[in-house]
Amino acid sequence: MSETNVTIATIGSVRVPAPGSKYGRPARRPGRGINLEKWGWIYMRASGVLLAVLIFGHLFVNLVAGEGVKAIDFAFVAGKWADPFWIVWDMLLLWLALIHGANGMRTLVNDYATRPALRRILLGLILLATVALLVLGTLVLTTFDPCLGITPETASQIPQCVIE
Amino acid sequence: MTVEPPGAPPQPKKLGGTLYRGREGMWSWVLHRITGVAIFFFLLVHILDTALVKVSPEAYNAVIGAYKTPIMGLGEIALVGAIGYHALNGLRIILIDFWSKGAKYQKTMFWSVIVLWVVLMAGFVPRQLMHIFGGDA
Repeated sequence: MSETNVTIATIGSVRVPAPGSKYGRPARRPGRGINLEKWGWIYMRASGVLLAVLIFGHLFVNLVAGEGVKAIDFAFVAGKWADPFWIVWDMLLLWLALIHGANGMRTLVNDYATRPALRRILLGLILLATVALLVLGTLVLTTFDPCLGITPETASQIPQCVIE
Repeated sequence: MTVEPPGAPPQPKKLGGTLYRGREGMWSWVLHRITGVAIFFFLLVHILDTALVKVSPEAYNAVIGAYKTPIMGLGEIALVGAIGYHALNGLRIILIDFWSKGAKYQKTMFWSVIVLWVVLMAGFVPRQLMHIFGGDA
């Protein structure tokens, strides 16, 4: 912690102290492992750039192109996931967006949940939901079976499932 | 902007007239939080509804059918609006953080976000209304 208030600017007669010089918390002590808050901050920005691309692609293909939301059904999903390109796309969306969202919610809980017990409960719920949905989503994307429950009537919609 | 000398009487509490409160900086932040929370909760539901493809095509189609009603169609407009704002303003935040002139142009960039958002919605809303109200065509 700096001992003195270093003035970095003077506006009129007011001296503006350097950020962190008086009320700021001490700078991170060296040799205490990685700075998770810093990496969280970096993650929000790095994932945010990628998500901007991924989400607009997702929204365009699913809601704008073709017949929009009306065309979405099991066969539509099977058609998309027949191409590994969309499995990778959706896997990236799943992991980047859910962790981005969970970290954002963590920030809000830290800001607004002032009672320590409530805060811990809410943070625990966020972590639980995030881990559960990452596992679920990953399993869905890696074990998807386009031929699940196929019948002769629906076989024509899903070309990769040929019924003899 | 003026800075009161030390010992000056406290300023009346009002939202406007300060550098941040009631200005673009504050409202962009408020909107970013609200849209972020809304998107997060939708994402939780969306992963669960998509997971129904592992249950059966019928289960998936039945639940996804709920997204095709007029009410949900309007909800999707709100969702796309929230995502569009959050994405565009997120890029503005990144520019404020990493571009040397980012902080200087943060207000201009906020209004650019609003303009781009309006353009985005002008493209999406008619298309979506066509899909949800346009019959089977």
